[in-house]
Amino acid sequence: MIGLVDIGLGNLGSLEQAVYSQGWDPVRLQQPDQLNSEVSHLILPGVGAFFEASQRLQQSGWLQALQAFAAGGRPLMGICLGMQLLASEGDEGGKSVGLGLIPGRVKRLDCGPDLRIPHVGWNEVHFTQGQGHPMLGNIANDVDFYFVHSYQFLVDSPEHALATTPYGQHFNSIVARGNVIGLQFHPEKSQTNGLRLLDNFCLWDGQC
Amino acid sequence: MLKRRIIPIELLLGDRLVKTQAFGTYRDVGDPVKSSQVYSDQSSDELLLLQIDRSGRDFSRLVRYTERIAQQCFVPLSVGGGVSTMEQARALFNAGADKIVLNTVCYQNPQLVANLASTYGSQAVVVSIDVKAESGQYKLYAGLGQQAQSQSLAQHIEHMQQLGAGEFLVQRIEHDGMMQGYDIQLLDQVVSLSKRPVIFAAGAGHFAHLLEALQHGADAVGCGSLFNFGDNNPLRAKAFLKNYGIPLKRV
Repeated sequence: MIGLVDIGLGNLGSLEQAVYSQGWDPVRLQQPDQLNSEVSHLILPGVGAFFEASQRLQQSGWLQALQAFAAGGRPLMGICLGMQLLASEGDEGGKSVGLGLIPGRVKRLDCGPDLRIPHVGWNEVHFTQGQGHPMLGNIANDVDFYFVHSYQFLVDSPEHALATTPYGQHFNSIVARGNVIGLQFHPEKSQTNGLRLLDNFCLWDGQC
Repeated sequence: MLKRRIIPIELLLGDRLVKTQAFGTYRDVGDPVKSSQVYSDQSSDELLLLQIDRSGRDFSRLVRYTERIAQQCFVPLSVGGGVSTMEQARALFNAGADKIVLNTVCYQNPQLVANLASTYGSQAVVVSIDVKAESGQYKLYAGLGQQAQSQSLAQHIEHMQQLGAGEFLVQRIEHDGMMQGYDIQLLDQVVSLSKRPVIFAAGAGHFAHLLEALQHGADAVGCGSLFNFGDNNPLRAKAFLKNYGIPLKRV
């Protein structure tokens, strides 16, 4: 069973429909105690600011629940802010803790004076070492996905960056460590390739 | 690199999509949900849905269609048409809209632009500007092209970007539905005035018109008639534009 973590940040409707369109029937989980053994895969979406999301994760008990889920080896995927929350800590809205599932920090995009923040629109995703990763099966290198964000995930170890995207400098657009993966872009708004990524996730056994 | 965008514009009148000429004379062009699905499948980069009833505009209907379209289409969705309050914007976001398009309210209560930008981010706020040419001057119109406004194009764009507009949608009213090409002179002015991405619309009748607008600095082109009348669609438009080196989404 595919679980969608609903911590009240943003509309889950598009993601829910996108997963459903691939032949899966996801369930929304509002409380960590709904995270039972039937949940085989978990998606952590989110829009908003890191600080507020971090507070919510801590206060609701989701922080520990997500860490325990990931420690059990089941696949966990973060999307956009959900991806950034996989990091050790974030800067946005004041320093706050993340899930610490992929060592790294979340800082403001550094794209130079000529480019706008937020980075919004279709941009390409370049695999740095992700070619063999089961999540990227049937996805061509350098195809475009839809981004909306102002912050970026800086990984402590380069081996946790699966793909980068050029915007002034290159930022990490896919990060992964073991059974945990994070996408900076929105697969649910990225048409065919986005839907394929979601399907790949639902089929993934967490090994790589 | 960020890609240029092709955006079908869908005009909702009652329960149907229509295509207008100079903001009038409505021709039925299909079912809102089915059309959106087709556009989404044809590699549109976004969809833009505007409710254009001049009387008895039913906001709940716009919310309903937004919800149904968002369920079927996996591309960003911009929605507008008479939106004038935070509550209405919230209802559309909750229904699945990614961006809200504002026009008349920008003249009547510009503070809404700032409020929306601070709550949802400026990327979620599209300011739509309708323009007519009168005695050699561009004049701004609200209320579906019927209420002349006093401020100049330059003043309005500057004011709106200060308040937090994330993007501008600009249309030359007399070119709407005529398929004779965009008002490139207007586009040049808008591009030089705007620090935000520009979606330029009204007038495309041929892929060469899209190319012209994109070469003149439009970040995105809006299309209505082009995709409704004739055997054209976003996939074909992109195939054409690729010959000229326009950076477009790869799928």
